[in-house]
Amino acid sequence: MYSKILILHFPPAVAQKAVVCYLTKKYDLLFNILGAKVSNSKDGYMVLEICGTRDNYKKGVRYLKNQGVRVSSAEQEIWRDTSKCTHCGACTAVCPTQALYVKRPEMEVIYDKDKCTVCELCIVTCPTRAMGLYSSKNTEDMLQ
Amino acid sequence: MGEFKVNKTYAEINEKIKSGKAVVVTAEEIIGIVKENGPVEAAAQVDVVTTGTFAPMCSSGAFLNIGQSTPSVRTTKTWFNDVPAYSGVAAVDSFLGATEVSINDPLNKIHPGEFNYGGAHVLQDLVSGKKVEVRAESYGTDCYPNRKIEKTMTLADMPQAIMCNPRNGYQNYNCAINRTDKTKYTYMGTLKPNMANANYCSAGQLSPLFNDPYLKTIGIGTRIFLGGTQGYVSWSGTQHKSDVQRGLNGVPLTPAGTLFVMGNLKEMSPEWLVAQSIRGYGVSLSMGLGIPIPILNEEMAKFTAVADEDLFTQVVDYGHDYPQAISKSYGQISYAELKSGTIMIQGQEIPTVPLSSMIKARKIAMLLKESIKNGSFLLGEPQHIF
Repeated sequence: MYSKILILHFPPAVAQKAVVCYLTKKYDLLFNILGAKVSNSKDGYMVLEICGTRDNYKKGVRYLKNQGVRVSSAEQEIWRDTSKCTHCGACTAVCPTQALYVKRPEMEVIYDKDKCTVCELCIVTCPTRAMGLYSSKNTEDMLQ
Repeated sequence: MGEFKVNKTYAEINEKIKSGKAVVVTAEEIIGIVKENGPVEAAAQVDVVTTGTFAPMCSSGAFLNIGQSTPSVRTTKTWFNDVPAYSGVAAVDSFLGATEVSINDPLNKIHPGEFNYGGAHVLQDLVSGKKVEVRAESYGTDCYPNRKIEKTMTLADMPQAIMCNPRNGYQNYNCAINRTDKTKYTYMGTLKPNMANANYCSAGQLSPLFNDPYLKTIGIGTRIFLGGTQGYVSWSGTQHKSDVQRGLNGVPLTPAGTLFVMGNLKEMSPEWLVAQSIRGYGVSLSMGLGIPIPILNEEMAKFTAVADEDLFTQVVDYGHDYPQAISKSYGQISYAELKSGTIMIQGQEIPTVPLSSMIKARKIAMLLKESIKNGSFLLGEPQHIF
C-alpha cells in the first residue's frame, strides 16, 4: 500500500466542485483529510493523506491536476535544522500527526517528514527556531 | 564518620582523580551497579557519579563589563542589541537577564507572541563569537561626563563577563496539564485544552539534585559543569526549599531545592547555552548544568542510584489552578511513567511532552565523567551546606 501526504490548492472556480471524492470513486484511493480551509478569496486549501496502489495514486493525482487543482507535496516544505534542535520535545506537544515524535528510550526527537502536513505549528513552537518552512527549491539548496 | 562502612574524603577522591585512578560513572550507570552489588560494594568501587540537565532556566544572566570610553561614562542605561540590561551598579557594569526582551518586541499584543529575541539570544550570540551592538546612556557627572556611547563588541572585547544565575537546576518540577477548553501558552510549553497533553521538565534520574536529595555534597564552592565550562555553586538559589514532602528515598515530591550558580561566560559554548523563544510566554535560556556527586559513603551510593521509577512529581493544572495560585495535584506520577509517553489522569490517557533534553543531559554527564577521569576536573569541596 502506497501512502503520501499532499497539499491541494483549489482555485475559486474549482473550490465549489466535488473533486476529492472521485479519488475514491474512480481510483479506489483512500483519503484522510488532515487539514482544510477556504480563504476569503474563496480559494480552497486541503491537506490530504492518500492511500492506495502506486499506480492508482499516480492516476488520482493526474485527475486532480486535470481538474485544475494545484498539487504540491507536503514533505518537502518543513525542514529541521539539526544543528539548532536540542531534542527538548516541545514540538511534540503541537504536532498533529506525530511527524515529530520522541523515540524511546533514548528520548531523541525524530522528524518523520512523510507524516508532516505542513501545518507550521512546530515553527512557532520550537524554542530554538529549528523548524522552518522552505520551498522545495530551497530545501534542495540546503541539502547540497 | 563511623556510621558508614565506606568513608572517603574529598581530598582522597581528588588524589585519585589526579592520579587517573578515580572510578567515575554517570547517574544512569550507577543504578545498575548499586542494584547488582548493593550500596556498600558500589561505594567502595565508585568514587564519583556525574549528573546532567539541559532545560530552560529563566533565572539566568550575566554581569557584563563593557570597558571604559573616552571621555569616561557612568552608564545608567545599557542595551545589547536593543535588549535592556540593568545598569544600577558601578560604571560600565550591567546585568543582562536571560528573559529580558528586545525593546521593540510586540510581546503578547498579538497573542500568542513569538518572542524572537531577548537577553538569552544576546548571551548565545556573545558565546558564539558574534558582534553585539552596545548602546548606553548616562546623565553625566563631573567624574563621568560622557552621556552616550555606542559601540560594537564581541565577548572577547569585554573585560569581564560573568554568568550569574540565581535559580538553576530545580530539584523536581511540576507536570503541567490544561483542564480548560482553550489552548494555553505557558512557560511549560503549549498546553492543549481538555488535558490533551502533559508537559514535564526534568532529566529525572540524571538530574543533579535528584541524585543528592538532601544536598549533602552540594554547597558553596561545589565545582560544576556550567555552559560547557567549569563553574561553581555560589549559594542556594532563589525559591530554594528543603522543608518539603519527600518520598521514602528522601527525594522531594514537589519542586524543592534550587542553586545559585556562576561561571566565566567567556569560556562557555553555544552548545550548552541556548536561547529559547517560548510561544506566548517569553524568552528563556536553556543551560547545560552538570554536578559531580562524590561517593563519600554508601549513603551517597544509594542516593545516586535513584531511577526514574523512584522519582515522582505532581500533575498541576496550568489552565486554571496555577495562574490563580491554587495548589492542587491531579495525581502523583513517576518519571518512568512520564518518559513512557503517556500517563493516566482521571481515567484519561494523556500523551506526555518533555521539555528537558535527555540527549543533552546524558552528554553532559558523559563529558563530566570524561573530564574527571582524565584529571581535568577536580571536585570542589563545599565550604557551606544549605
